[in-house]
Amino acid sequence: MSEFETIIGLEVHVELKTNSKIFCGCSTNFGAPPNTNVCPICLGHPGVLPVVNHQAVDFAMRAALALNCEINRETKFDRKNYFYPDNPKAYQVSQFDKPIGEHGWIEIEVDGNKKKIGITRIHMEEDAGKLTHTSDGSLVDLNRQGTPLVEIVSEPDIRTPEEAYAYLEKLKAIIQYTGVSDCKMEEGSLRCDANISIRPVGQEEFGTKAELKNLNSFAFVQKGLEHEEKRQREVVSGGGEILQETRRYDEASKTTILMRVKEGSDDYRYFPEPDLVSIFIDDEWLDRVKSEIPELPDARQKRYVGEFGLPEYDAKVLTMTKEMADFFEGTIGAGADAKQASNWIMGEVSAYLNNEGRELHQTALTAEGLAGMIKLIANATISNKIAKTVFKELVENGGDAEKIVKDKGLVQISDEGAIREIVVKILDANEQSVTDYKDGKEKAVGFLVGQVMKETKGKANPPLVNKLIVEELKKR
Amino acid sequence: MSILDKKISELHQLLHTKELSVSDIVDATFDRIHQVDDKVRAFLTLNQEFSRIKAKQLDEKLISGADRGLLFGMPIGIKDNIVTKGIRTTCASRILENFEPIYDATVVEKLTEADTITIGKLNMDEFAMGSSNENSGFHPTHNPWDLSCVPGGSSGASAAAVSAGEVLFSLGSDTGGSIRQPAAFCGVVGLKPTYGLVSRYGLVAFASSLDQIGPITQNVEDNAYLLQAIAGNDPMDSTSAKVDIPDYLASFTGEVNGLKIGVPKEYLGEGVQPDVKERIMEALKVLEGLGATWEEVSLPHSRYALATYYLLSSSEASANLSRFDGVRYGLRSDNSNNLIDMYKQSRSEGFGEEVKRRIMLGTFALSSGYYDAYYKKAQKVRTLIKEDFTNIFEKYDVIIGPTTPSASFKCGAMTKDPLTMYMNDILTIPVNLAGVPAISVPCGFSDGLPIGLQIIGKHFDESTIYKVAHAFEQATEHHKAKPKL
Repeated sequence: MSEFETIIGLEVHVELKTNSKIFCGCSTNFGAPPNTNVCPICLGHPGVLPVVNHQAVDFAMRAALALNCEINRETKFDRKNYFYPDNPKAYQVSQFDKPIGEHGWIEIEVDGNKKKIGITRIHMEEDAGKLTHTSDGSLVDLNRQGTPLVEIVSEPDIRTPEEAYAYLEKLKAIIQYTGVSDCKMEEGSLRCDANISIRPVGQEEFGTKAELKNLNSFAFVQKGLEHEEKRQREVVSGGGEILQETRRYDEASKTTILMRVKEGSDDYRYFPEPDLVSIFIDDEWLDRVKSEIPELPDARQKRYVGEFGLPEYDAKVLTMTKEMADFFEGTIGAGADAKQASNWIMGEVSAYLNNEGRELHQTALTAEGLAGMIKLIANATISNKIAKTVFKELVENGGDAEKIVKDKGLVQISDEGAIREIVVKILDANEQSVTDYKDGKEKAVGFLVGQVMKETKGKANPPLVNKLIVEELKKR
Repeated sequence: MSILDKKISELHQLLHTKELSVSDIVDATFDRIHQVDDKVRAFLTLNQEFSRIKAKQLDEKLISGADRGLLFGMPIGIKDNIVTKGIRTTCASRILENFEPIYDATVVEKLTEADTITIGKLNMDEFAMGSSNENSGFHPTHNPWDLSCVPGGSSGASAAAVSAGEVLFSLGSDTGGSIRQPAAFCGVVGLKPTYGLVSRYGLVAFASSLDQIGPITQNVEDNAYLLQAIAGNDPMDSTSAKVDIPDYLASFTGEVNGLKIGVPKEYLGEGVQPDVKERIMEALKVLEGLGATWEEVSLPHSRYALATYYLLSSSEASANLSRFDGVRYGLRSDNSNNLIDMYKQSRSEGFGEEVKRRIMLGTFALSSGYYDAYYKKAQKVRTLIKEDFTNIFEKYDVIIGPTTPSASFKCGAMTKDPLTMYMNDILTIPVNLAGVPAISVPCGFSDGLPIGLQIIGKHFDESTIYKVAHAFEQATEHHKAKPKL
């Protein structure tokens, strides 16, 4: 079925983490009791008027710039009309023909191949409330109503579900770096809808697209698209016709399920929001926002290779999230060797986070703690093995590596006399191994080292133990 | 002369000399309302108990010598599309029949600061859509000069209540003439301020880009007092202008010598009744006598104003009125068992005919495929109309013409013909489209019914309008005539 080409475009909604809502002073805190972060304005009471939160404009502009968009120096809001109980004014204040940013792009990498994905536009809008359906009826919570959002619409440049996944990862990383959103899919601060169609290779015209919803993780986006790609190819190959449909991804069956067939496009009757005036962005404003954008993942990745001599791969993994990259730099800043810090973060730290399903800030680990531990390894105070015990303590309870080592008596024994005493004792107790060694079985040394380490609870300096065992064996 | 026929400055003097108390004024107000309102039917809600308590509090303040607000102790009626916390606000619509706002409009807060007393809420055409008050969802209001005639609209009751002496002054709102036309019909003074001068926060929106709250009073001086109290930038309203507010009372210099008046030929042309024209010509003579000069000018695009207005105002209204969906407040129909039906039934039962007509018109004008031909085109024409005014104001200080093509008409005379009804606003609508300020002041009668003189000024130049209106008022006796009830 390789005669078909898949066309994917993604629409991503990102909540901006401003202190207050986009058109009123209500808090944007997540998780408050229903309908407590509300006022007449976000409740859509008669007579209220919106006032633009300029922090939201700053944040949207920052995101737009980070996504290489051109900024519209005159940007305005429009009303998008539709009735739904989570939409109290029955129109959403959004942007139609003059979005804050247009014509951007980001670069993704799949299987070592780099590719630019175009960004059509990024516009500001207000989030809707939340409905909960019960057997007695539906409940409306308007806490989320009015939370500032940006909608980021990609060009139909994505050709595979893997590219879609890579696009989302990269988009999320960039937005997180800019600091304008947490991009937490589980809290709804990042949401994604996908449009997918297929066409015969060589055909210019797009096929009829399906819109996928209920994509609650990047993995589901990829799986949903994979299923949909397969379904559409089967329909067309079977002589069928693709309808313009909205389909939802079903996690249980790993398939997409038809929600509704669309006839024509929805008519939202957009028109300029008369309660707001156009926003004019001058050079000063633009320059200020530009200066607020921190170093983005691609730039950091390059720097890690150049400055710290890390392999490309390590640099890419470390810069995947700003939190991880900041932690890495914090660890180096606290005196750790870059390569060691990278190894630990990509190894033990990542493994721990994956196993526990946590993020860095949800652990007790600090950059200073990890750096302290790496320094203790470097100056041979502790062994790599002991370090794992110290790490467990640092990540679960926090604290200072040196103090943990001292309190728990984990300091490496490098006293030759003390170790030799134990070696002699172990050799006496393991005559068979001594005999094996004499018979040329070098492997016996390993066993004996293990016994000494066991006896010293891992604290003995391993190279020293090795050396002394060989010396003592030769004496016998 | 009833104390309610006195000017604010006179009442303040009487309060100051303790010849009168605030309670006396409030008592007189309610006495008058009880005496005549079953005929005029201006009020939808009376705030009697609280008004009397407030009067007592203000009387104590008077005795204590504490600082008094600009409109201290003055009773006011408020059009029912301006939200008042805890006082029912219906927009004269069944859909909001039992709606009690949870906040005060900015103008209401300003009135509270000025120490006024909100006597009650005044009837109107439903959601301010209409020119006769016959579109009220509850009952029509009648013209105090002839109870068989309409008071105009949509702020018909705001004008009728002032005309009938039921309340000293009132607030109305003007989207396409809704303050000036009823002021003309009822023989009182009504100002539509410059768009952006008075905060719209808390004015239930009809057409956001045109709506403006303004004062309706018995005389020009009181009008300036009331505007002084409510004008000014409001951070809650993004369309509110950041301009310095002048001392409007200082504009009453009586000095109109050398004033240049433009009189648009379109305002004295076809459709304008002969005796209306006569009154305007008489008024121009009065102003000439005071040293002003006038010349004929033209507002060439004004003939497109009505169509432009109905496209734009209805488009905005179609979105503004969508929030009345029965979900959170207002009427929710019992005759539905799913969401779509609930929307349809609640809105079908709650809105009146005219409101539905405009929602449908606006929805159509904004629809995909029609937007460019209607809404966008209308926006372009609006720009041309604005330029017409700008051009005239390069040479002239004010524009003068009639407020309406005719005096008031009989109740029921036009209810079956919405287009003829719309023609009532043909001389007021261009002003809203241009965003400039305009006042209507009484300038005589036609068969016993009042006629209004419209004085249009430059953006934020209410002072000149007041100066001219006051000079004209002082030179004539028209404002002294009172209806007999």
